[in-house]
Amino acid sequence: MELVVLVKQVPDTEALVQIADDGVSIKTQDIKWVMNPYDELAVEEALRIREAQGGTVTILSVGTQKAQETIRTALAMGADKGVLVTDPAADGSDSQGTARILAAVLKEIPYDLIIVGQRAVDEDNYQVGAAVAEMLSIPQVSLVVKAELMDGKIKCTRAIEGGSVVVEASLPALFTTQRGLNEPRYASLPGIMKAKKKPLEVKTLADIGVDAATVGAGSRKLRIKSLKMPPVRQAVRMVEGEAPADVAAELVKILHDEIKVI
Amino acid sequence: MAQGVFAITEQRDGAFRKVSYEVVSEGRRIADGLGTDLTAAVLGAEVEGICAELEKYGPDKVLVADDAALAEYTTDAYTNVLADLIKAADPAVIILGATMQGKDLAARLAARLEAGLAMDCTGVNLNGDQLVLTRPMFGGKIMAEVEIEGTPRIVAVRPNVMAIAEAAKNGSIEKAAVNVGEVKTSVIERKMEVTDKVELTEADIVVSGGRGTGGDFAAIDALATALNAAVGASRSAVDEGWRSHGDQVGQTGKVVSPTLYIACGISGAIQHLAGMSTSKYIVAINKDAEAPIFAKADFGVVGDLFQILPALAEEVNKLSS
Repeated sequence: MELVVLVKQVPDTEALVQIADDGVSIKTQDIKWVMNPYDELAVEEALRIREAQGGTVTILSVGTQKAQETIRTALAMGADKGVLVTDPAADGSDSQGTARILAAVLKEIPYDLIIVGQRAVDEDNYQVGAAVAEMLSIPQVSLVVKAELMDGKIKCTRAIEGGSVVVEASLPALFTTQRGLNEPRYASLPGIMKAKKKPLEVKTLADIGVDAATVGAGSRKLRIKSLKMPPVRQAVRMVEGEAPADVAAELVKILHDEIKVI
Repeated sequence: MAQGVFAITEQRDGAFRKVSYEVVSEGRRIADGLGTDLTAAVLGAEVEGICAELEKYGPDKVLVADDAALAEYTTDAYTNVLADLIKAADPAVIILGATMQGKDLAARLAARLEAGLAMDCTGVNLNGDQLVLTRPMFGGKIMAEVEIEGTPRIVAVRPNVMAIAEAAKNGSIEKAAVNVGEVKTSVIERKMEVTDKVELTEADIVVSGGRGTGGDFAAIDALATALNAAVGASRSAVDEGWRSHGDQVGQTGKVVSPTLYIACGISGAIQHLAGMSTSKYIVAINKDAEAPIFAKADFGVVGDLFQILPALAEEVNKLSS
């Protein structure tokens, strides 16, 4: 089973994100960079499938040179090899630009199953997985909380509002992860040592035959005009009272009579 | 030249999801702003009968793709059918709901049409003919104003945000030719949770619990029942196994946008705030007066949730009786 996991390096979810002076990007200094949390689930799931039925887990990413760290983290968890596409001309690609790069790599390597986080928690676009699947003409299943493989097919339980559906897809296929799929393992110390010796190829756009004009900031269909901090709420109004019943009565009065939301 | 607005509705078992009315209403506003027509698309099996329900939100045309193969949502069948309808209609703008189904569909459709897609928008404005969209990034820590190059422009709007508005139009209902095309996925089972509780992302009121509950959600459930609210949970409550993953509100959980969000025993980690900061009103109840959640709340109560919540439920029940 050839398994490929797409990963992205993103700011830690606990990081304080600030707008850069250009007004359309974020300050990248002083940020702790981590593997996108949904991609950790993807790596874990690929490792479990390999452990159950053998095969190879390849980690694929597009990013800066620094993104090698994220690939090494996945290799330390137990993945077999990594590929990073890094090129100044790829910087600023939107989801479809990024997908074009990933698909170009995937067209040259074997894969039965591609696993990817449902979204990257930076731009929250929820698009790269679907776009890669479209470019490869393979089926996709989103928000998977359980995956079972059986002869030439994958059976995925997918979360929907208020329930779940079980979807069967023919392989090769791509699915995206939802929390609940598994609990990602931590890299062990021996794992970290071994990861240093595992193959990690670094490629440019020219290496994978992607025309620089079709990716990068210039090709963006989704253009960021400005970034703003979310609107600040007015200072909190504390509701007080002698006993819990008094506090409750006062709060209900506000919610019912004043702002009329209940 | 591409023109017109194309709204994609969502139904399940012949009942429209609330977001459908939101996208048709918002689609009407955009179409009026652009001086163009609105088409509302309905996909499903035996759904022709429900199309009339959309008319009061003002589509010029309801286009129904009715086929047994569309009974359950699959990415490939829905994308194939919609791509045909969209190529024929050549709209300037496509609008749909950023639900779990809508996000999956929008992303695949955008790639198929090689069109720009703004996902999970919380604001839609027109600047001349250009759409200016507001969308949260970094889980809502930052709001981006974005524009889409080329046509069609695909806008997926966050559920529960766009206002539902009625508009008088004498629209037509038209049956579309359906070619489901090649389908590599099939739905073999659907399980709905048996609950009388409102779905988290569609709820007008959400009552959420965190570490401060110590795992006891009885008081939260009781208040939620009194308010006809949905129940949410912080990541720590989910990580402790007190609630299921589907209940998690936050950057790595569900993003909710209710009219009223009541955070109980939740400290207010950035991770959590990301999932609820677009709520209209936020009430925080916490023992710790220094908890960061109070800085993000409209109303705050410092106190023991196990005393405050039952008292609140009692007061709420008094209202309805």
